[in-house]
Amino acid sequence: MSTNRPLTTALPPRFKRPSLFTWGIALAFLALFIQGAMATNVTLERLLRGVVNLSHFLGRAFPPDLSNLDVLAWSMFETLNIAIVGVTIGVILSLPFALLAARNTAPAPWVRILTRFIVSTMRTIPDLIWALIFVVAVGLGPMAGVLAIIMDTIGFAARFFSERIEEVHPGPSEALSATGAGKLSVIGGAILPETLASMTATSLYSVEKALRSAVTLGLVGAGGIGVELAAAMRLFNFDRALTIILFILVVVIGFEQLSSQIRKRVI
Amino acid sequence: MNAITITDLHKYYAKLHVLRGLNLSVTQGECVILLGANGCGKSTLMRCLNGLAPHDQGSIHILGEPLTGLSAAQLRRLRQKIGVVFQQFNLVQNVSVFQNVLYGALGQQRLGLLTSLSCFATIELRERAMAALERVGLAHKAQAECRELSGGQQQRVAIARTLMQDAEIIIADEPVASLDPKAGREIMDLLLDVVAERGMTVLCTLHQLEFAQQYGDRIVGMKAGRIVLDAPRQQVALDDMQQLYQGETRVDQPLLSTPTRLTPVTH
Repeated sequence: MSTNRPLTTALPPRFKRPSLFTWGIALAFLALFIQGAMATNVTLERLLRGVVNLSHFLGRAFPPDLSNLDVLAWSMFETLNIAIVGVTIGVILSLPFALLAARNTAPAPWVRILTRFIVSTMRTIPDLIWALIFVVAVGLGPMAGVLAIIMDTIGFAARFFSERIEEVHPGPSEALSATGAGKLSVIGGAILPETLASMTATSLYSVEKALRSAVTLGLVGAGGIGVELAAAMRLFNFDRALTIILFILVVVIGFEQLSSQIRKRVI
Repeated sequence: MNAITITDLHKYYAKLHVLRGLNLSVTQGECVILLGANGCGKSTLMRCLNGLAPHDQGSIHILGEPLTGLSAAQLRRLRQKIGVVFQQFNLVQNVSVFQNVLYGALGQQRLGLLTSLSCFATIELRERAMAALERVGLAHKAQAECRELSGGQQQRVAIARTLMQDAEIIIADEPVASLDPKAGREIMDLLLDVVAERGMTVLCTLHQLEFAQQYGDRIVGMKAGRIVLDAPRQQVALDDMQQLYQGETRVDQPLLSTPTRLTPVTH
């Protein structure tokens, strides 16, 4: 629709002119990207060579080597063990961390800040680094994997638990306090029942996450199927490696499906 | 003997002077209805009475015991004597009705939560909880989750919880404000019946003036953080009560003048 009357006010600009700060950030990012691309040697020629190499790998990987599947099954079972044991202990330990980190349950502000710092440190250090540390501490094998998963799970689950605890309705807690109940009773009687479903869902997601982690932890010697995969790749047994990758794919996807079905019912 | 004695009570929220020198005493077995517009300080007064909101000046005595200078354990013991009925019921939604009633005994048990969980509670405790549910007419809903109940039924559960608590005083903060008139009347009838059976003392805030005239032994009116009306029910006219809702009623509005007493205080 056009107007017959001439406009007395100028139209607003189609684009807002970026500020000097925005220009500065954009230029800095562009410079960092170009420098990074040069330093990491990302070139089209190398990319094409990579595609050719990949086709060689696939050529040697097919058909997958299906011998000794029982050995793989046991390794996969060990990976599952690492994930389940690590997450179970991690989730149990996450609960006190979460209660100390949540605003409405922490006994004092400094306790909350300290606990949050510890939890975020656990989360910031990647699981692979934790595994390297524990391999040094307790030696090669699944125990280092379990310990790495515990640390990773606390970093993840304690944060989500504490956020959920902070969201609870204050009314029921207040009502139990008003009956003369102590702090622990209020936590157990009013806060945990309200947060339990969400915590269970987070815990199940932790198992999925831990299963994926546990596979890679084997690459640094922390037990499980990752050890088999690392060995097969090092020995150029690509057909064996493909079998392991497919095996991992099936188990991880299967577990994710199972876990999401359970989560749907819990929430 | 006085169940509640309040002397020159002051309460501030930051710079907001919410309670401005309140004096009130409630004798044992009495039912006092507290009236006043929203924001006049009624709920704050109720929260001060069991230490959920500590007061800043003045004194509160509950059954002769001062509320100030108590240790956490002493405060919890004193709270056991005061049952609170909230406007929003404040039940724990994810547990059963029966469990919610058992929570009334949380303060009395040595191991708190552990002995108040339905699976660990003694037969005596479970029988008391069922008797309380029978008294409020909800024994058939014992195993239902609270979220399945209507507002009126939830308030009945909250009353059963105070019965379980063996409280000597009931503080009810707008117990029927969330209910329709019929359910509201039923709840008031139940509350006052239960109170009469056990010889309990009641301090109840309401907005329904007809309920105040029907159920109260005494009517107390608040305006802008002060008590401006305090007289036996028979001496309070409807007009006196209506005046409580006119003019400067809120504590968060600047006062142009000191609220004047509507009726002489009789004691």
